[in-house]
Amino acid sequence: MIETRGLTKRFGSFLAVDGVNLTVQPGEVLALLGPNGAGKTTTVRMLTSILKPTAGWARVAGHDVAKDPAGVRASVGVLTEHHGLYFRMRAGEYLDFFGELYGLPRAVRRDRAAQLLEQLGMREAAGRRLGEYSKGMRQKLALIRALLHDPPVLLLDEPTSAMDPQSAKLVRDAITQLRSEKRAIILCTHNLTEAELLADQIAVIRRGRIITQGSPAHLKLELLGLPELELRAAAPLNGLVEDLADLVEVVASGADWLRYRAADPVAVNPLILQRLAEQRVPVVTLAEVPRSLEDVYLRVVEADET
Amino acid sequence: MAALSPSRPSLARALIITRREVRDQLRDWRIIAPVIVLTLFFPLLMNFTADQAVRFVERYGAPLIGERLIPFLLMVVGFFPISVSLVIALESFVGEKERYSLEPLLSTPMSDTELYIGKTLAAMIPPLFASYLGILVYLTGLALTIHWYPTPTLLAQILALTTIQASVMVAGAVVISAQTTSVRAANLLASFIIIPFALLVQGESLIMFWGQYDVLWWVFVGLVCVVLVLVRMGVKLFNREELLGRDIDEINLRAAWAVFFPAFVGKGRAGPIAWYRREVLGAARRQSAPILFVAGALCAGMYLGYTYAPVYPLPVEVMDTREIVTRFGERLADFGFVSPLGAAWVFFTNLRALAAATVLGMFSLGVLGVILLMIPLGLVGYFAGQMALIGVSPLLFFATFILPHGLFEIPAAILEGAVILRLGASVITPPPGKTLGESWLLALADWAKISLGLVAPLLAVAALMEAFVTPRVVVAFFGG
Repeated sequence: MIETRGLTKRFGSFLAVDGVNLTVQPGEVLALLGPNGAGKTTTVRMLTSILKPTAGWARVAGHDVAKDPAGVRASVGVLTEHHGLYFRMRAGEYLDFFGELYGLPRAVRRDRAAQLLEQLGMREAAGRRLGEYSKGMRQKLALIRALLHDPPVLLLDEPTSAMDPQSAKLVRDAITQLRSEKRAIILCTHNLTEAELLADQIAVIRRGRIITQGSPAHLKLELLGLPELELRAAAPLNGLVEDLADLVEVVASGADWLRYRAADPVAVNPLILQRLAEQRVPVVTLAEVPRSLEDVYLRVVEADET
Repeated sequence: MAALSPSRPSLARALIITRREVRDQLRDWRIIAPVIVLTLFFPLLMNFTADQAVRFVERYGAPLIGERLIPFLLMVVGFFPISVSLVIALESFVGEKERYSLEPLLSTPMSDTELYIGKTLAAMIPPLFASYLGILVYLTGLALTIHWYPTPTLLAQILALTTIQASVMVAGAVVISAQTTSVRAANLLASFIIIPFALLVQGESLIMFWGQYDVLWWVFVGLVCVVLVLVRMGVKLFNREELLGRDIDEINLRAAWAVFFPAFVGKGRAGPIAWYRREVLGAARRQSAPILFVAGALCAGMYLGYTYAPVYPLPVEVMDTREIVTRFGERLADFGFVSPLGAAWVFFTNLRALAAATVLGMFSLGVLGVILLMIPLGLVGYFAGQMALIGVSPLLFFATFILPHGLFEIPAAILEGAVILRLGASVITPPPGKTLGESWLLALADWAKISLGLVAPLLAVAALMEAFVTPRVVVAFFGG
């Protein structure tokens, strides 16, 4: 659905995007992570056929971004970094205007606008002027604008920035609902929790280059190593830690707890529990130590710097 | 339900933008208030002024002034509301960019042409409507107070001029708006529209007070040409990438030099001969179309001058060839002719004229530069015509007074006119992949190559000929 190879953009002597390769299949959400100025917005603008690639190519919903810009723009819904609303208009009027630009018949744009306003909890505010909206409401309306023509490709640049937690959750839920077998989504964000929650694939972009790419689980495994498990007992372990060394790599331990890494937890965990049961040590919890995408991101950036 | 991807620009889609923008303008009191004042109150004030002025001048037996004042005020009443269109058009693209609402618009399937047309019409329609309304209010007032009615021709002229002036203003302002990065910069550049318009309105008022209303049609035709050029420029220069990609307007001399210098030196790094052969002559070959155009324009100038000779004949005593040659000899002595000093004076005078033509050309897409070069040829044609009137062959006049140095000077003028025109055209249609600035700098490099490599040497030879050869030829033929 979205495919780029060697996608490059140069502004004079400044290389903004450097040979980006991305593939997003229908039904997938790819989170593009990176610091400010990394090239996320430039990439999105190339995928919307607003900027022409200096080198490489990109196809969006089967349309080449350089050869068929109108086809690309008709197939893409874009939530831009700044919502860019017309403040003197009312929501209904605003959505009708954009629906008309996308060539939607009057009845379709009216129904679709009503449905999306309802879905994002904006029905009550539909008659108000956009200048009276809060930041979060403006962002939600901009998202509705991007969804109005039900595009097969969605490019969302910071969709929940400037939103209160409740509105952000509403938008995240909406994005989750927007996932379908027919739709590919690229989500540019600084919010790593959000990326982890929504994305099937993560791509970290820095200085215009993709420095790592993969599913969150794959990236964690690759960059942070095997997952750590923590076991807490209701009684002292009394030298049991040494006995487990043949099964797992113990990372740390205390009187009644231990942390270990196991290549195959499915096979190893039952054995550990069995040994503890034989020693009559009651187990309170056995759980994977949470590892965040933030750890992955920081590790990747650190590695790229060195 | 993905949107349709349009294949051809459509006026219906452009009008979607126009409708939204017009509605938006009608909600903005900053636009509505001046429009109401200029549409309703100002025409009534002009009405009062016309009435009072007519009464006043009639008391002193000068009704002509009143007769001329009323149509002039009609033009003013029509012109003032359309000045609002300048403000709207100036911020049409760059204003949206500053408010971040441009990117969502550029992300739609609308084509560049549709966006351009939609925004241009939106900037024009409300002020133009206000202008027509103002004219109606003014004329109604005149009909009721002093029972004055315009002739259908005058009314048609004023409506046509008002419409075309609004078109020029908007087309120019949209070009500025699409090429700047802030509303402030666009407002500063608006002086390129305001100053010519101030001069235009002064010119139009002179024409109207002079009573030569037919000349207004020529003004209209000229403005139609300007609109066509500006619209073509607007469509060609409209570029989504440039609109969003540029964030800073600053003079980057280093970057400008990096474009200009390689284009100027080109493949001539091996030495001056290689530079001359490859770059100077190569640049001259590229100017074949403008060379033909300028040569045609200079011939037309000479022909116009020739045809005006019988219309404005010089007194017979002035045209005594013997007297002319005597005075010619005295003038030559004054300027130190037939001496190196005279040649230097001629050379620098010609160089100054070409520099003035270049500067004027830069501010008028090359047009004024070429017109300036047409003037001396027009004078040559005029004097040749005067010679014909007193029975002297105009060809003999041309062969003796002009040709010896003109053989070098006229080609120099044609070449310079061609590069001036190219310099002006470079901003109308930049080559694909080049920015406006790059296109202009490349044309400037060609201008510099031809001016230095061909025009200056030709002018030097022409100056020597004019100082040493032409006077002798003239004296030999006419001195008796």
